[in-house]
Amino acid sequence: MTQTLRTGRAIPDRLQSPAMRALRSWESILVAVAIAIFVTNSFTSPYFLNAWNLSDATFNFTEKAMIALAMALLIISGEIDLSVASIIALASTAMGVAMQAGAGVPMLVLIGIGTGVLCGAFNGILVAGMGLPSIVVTIGTMSLFRGIAYIVLGDRAFTGYPPGFAYFGQGYVWWVFSFELVLFTVLAVIYWALLHRTSFGRAVYAIGNNATAAQFSGIRVARVKFILFLLTGLMSGIAAVCLTSRLGSTRPSIAAGFELEVVTMVVLGGVSILGGSGSILGVVLAALIMGMVTFGFGLLNVPGIVMSIFLGVLLISVIALPRLFGRK
Amino acid sequence: MSIMKKALASAAMATVMLAQPALADDVRIALVVKALGIGFFEAANEGAQEAAAELGDVEIIYTGPTSTTAEGQIEVINALIAQGVDAIAISANDPDAVAPALQRAMDRGITVISWDSGVAPAGRQMHLNPSSPELIGNTIIKLAADHLPDGGDVAILSATSTSTNQNIWIEEATKVLPDYPGINLVATVYGDDLADKSYREAQGLMSTYPDLRAIIAPTTVGILAASQAVADAGKIGEVNVTGLGLPSEMAGAVESGATVSFAIWNPIDLGYAATMISYNLLKGEATAEPGATISMGRIGEAVLDENNEAAMSDPFTYDASNIDEFKSIF
Repeated sequence: MTQTLRTGRAIPDRLQSPAMRALRSWESILVAVAIAIFVTNSFTSPYFLNAWNLSDATFNFTEKAMIALAMALLIISGEIDLSVASIIALASTAMGVAMQAGAGVPMLVLIGIGTGVLCGAFNGILVAGMGLPSIVVTIGTMSLFRGIAYIVLGDRAFTGYPPGFAYFGQGYVWWVFSFELVLFTVLAVIYWALLHRTSFGRAVYAIGNNATAAQFSGIRVARVKFILFLLTGLMSGIAAVCLTSRLGSTRPSIAAGFELEVVTMVVLGGVSILGGSGSILGVVLAALIMGMVTFGFGLLNVPGIVMSIFLGVLLISVIALPRLFGRK
Repeated sequence: MSIMKKALASAAMATVMLAQPALADDVRIALVVKALGIGFFEAANEGAQEAAAELGDVEIIYTGPTSTTAEGQIEVINALIAQGVDAIAISANDPDAVAPALQRAMDRGITVISWDSGVAPAGRQMHLNPSSPELIGNTIIKLAADHLPDGGDVAILSATSTSTNQNIWIEEATKVLPDYPGINLVATVYGDDLADKSYREAQGLMSTYPDLRAIIAPTTVGILAASQAVADAGKIGEVNVTGLGLPSEMAGAVESGATVSFAIWNPIDLGYAATMISYNLLKGEATAEPGATISMGRIGEAVLDENNEAAMSDPFTYDASNIDEFKSIF
């Protein structure tokens, strides 16, 4: 019986399967959950419905959500990148070194993003170029990138970033809309267009469903995968700029544990961890939900472990639900 | 079981929070710790609750992230700012990273102090150290001298020769030596904070100095290894091991008699003092400025130095009389 299930899932044509229909409605479930959490929060805490407080709350997820956008594409294509948090650490360290050498704000941003892209390219060469499994490669680079940051910094910290640099993580574009939130919104629209409105996006789905078939139908699989790793590195670099600016300092332990939260966001957003399905809208909704849950529980001073339990249960239900639907 | 308890506690807390507006007169002081579920900080919370009970109109919000990250603490700080708490007393996971968030808290009129692990000066009004190098240096010599009425040879077993904290404490200890006539410091050796190396160094001290009466180890690894070495050498009662240790680790040594007494900060007092200071600052009874004195209730007064830092007290002494109470805490 398990055997039939397994072969059943390996059949590539998911687009017309019941799972796809369940997925279609997955976004609506997420919207419902988001509204429910929003309403619950408004009733349980008198401090929730306040523009500034809500704006503060977005800082809980914007950096992770930016990476989740690129991670979604990568996971849809059937790969994963667990080194994203370590890329942040290395990019932030590179910015710190540049800052001490007297680099100005534009240079710092360029170096942060550039380091991210280089790290992504390194992952991409190993996975797409040499055909190594991404989970193993990125577990390796996870230690490697952060290890370099530890060697450079030890138990020290880089502080004293130039005043203008604080804008990326602490500045506001207009009223309560922070730079990070606006940037995330813009990026989300770009990624939505890339995945859902271009042939590149369709290639990503095709590879995730059946890489061999995609290869035979003329898609340059390795190239697409390489680009996806570049994008994940790029987003990690951007996130590193924002986070470093928000913290105003760099320590090698920066962004510790972010990789799992990013993957959680992606999977909660309805992206199949096995690849082949998922949407940007779902990921954005999942990011909002995680941010609101964290903030809402925080307002009630609920211990963090209860939040973890809640998110764990939510995540397991996300994975279990499609399978339950599939059995029907 | 502990998770269950916490879940219940939070449910209860949620109910309390629903009724919050009714309690609006209460002063709300948030005790933010490095991470929840650490005995040391649970004990600090106990002290904070004690202070709250003594003050009467204080509600303590004991909170912190699940893992010891600066990012997690910032999420907690943001939630506390949103609730408009009156004061935040924090033991920071990173002195620099939490500073911008705490600065914002201060901008919105929240009193912010750090305790235990400090925050960069820009991110807090004052910092409460558990003790000071002078007090620690004096305490470790005094602990040895107290049980050597006729004086005798003592040796120091430290961490590494480059350990900043230990070196400062040892320097302060040698400064106060003349105050303890008869106490003769014969050697300072380094166990590198490794259990086996510290053990061998302690053995070496006993064979090199047959008249050795006490080993002073201002490191939790060293004191534990040295007491083991003394016990194994059958020199209990002859050589007393003392210094800075953790009650949970040292309970056995105190029981066997290898260690008569040792010291470390008292987390209960620390939580109590941090709460008292926060209260006095937010009520305007004191201002955080160099040279100011702030009352810490039963513990005494904190005197701020030029960096707005203060030392709470001498390290707290643990011996057979109180070790059972504290060994389960940290």
